[in-house]
Amino acid sequence: MASEVLAKPQMRGLLARRLRIHMVGAFLVSLGVAALYKFGVAEPRKKAYADFYKNYSPEKDFEEMKKAGIFRSIK
Amino acid sequence: MLSRAAWSLMLRKGGRGRREMHSPEAPARGEGKMPPYANWYAQRSYPMPEEPFCTELNAEQQALKEKEKGSWTQLSHAEKVALYRLQYHQTFAEMNRRSNEWKTVMGCVFFFCGFTALLIWWQRVYVYPPKPITLTDEWKAQQLQRMLDMKVNPVHGLASHWDYEKKEWKK
Repeated sequence: MASEVLAKPQMRGLLARRLRIHMVGAFLVSLGVAALYKFGVAEPRKKAYADFYKNYSPEKDFEEMKKAGIFRSIK
Repeated sequence: MLSRAAWSLMLRKGGRGRREMHSPEAPARGEGKMPPYANWYAQRSYPMPEEPFCTELNAEQQALKEKEKGSWTQLSHAEKVALYRLQYHQTFAEMNRRSNEWKTVMGCVFFFCGFTALLIWWQRVYVYPPKPITLTDEWKAQQLQRMLDMKVNPVHGLASHWDYEKKEWKK
């Protein structure tokens, strides 16, 4: 029907090529997501907890809570 | 009355008028089935209908069908197209064309969402009982103060946002 001849399309190895591309891609994407999570969420969280407990004194905390009057067993 | 006449005219034209040109079924059967329940109806998910679109052929169409029984290389391009049009109602491009139906659908969805919102508003004003004591502003303020005194979630949560020296929320 067409007057010009189209190039012959790729006939073989389509699934293999797709798998190759997607294996590499999946590997990179999962590594990227893991790295982003570690440096975006996990490390800041660990730092926040470390900073909180660096100068934390449970006795002082307890005294403050007692003064605020939340305990029922001691005044 | 005018709109009813126009509506019935449109129905008659859309239903029987266009089909009588190709008459896939004997007109004596009355209205017959309309698409998508007709035998010649095809769609992308059901591309090979049971019956051809034109079953009653005139003389030259029958001659073409006879020619089709021979070698197809003898058919001209126009004849091939004519045979396709006898067999099928529409091409794939025609049957798969897009439409503006989604605008109607979304419009109706939003309209009824809005109507529901009005009903819910009325319900809130006229049906709901008064709030329990624990949801009054005074009680909620006392509750928040107690949570801050207990230092709830002091690392990342509520108490971490409260400045205990200045007695205000951290900026």
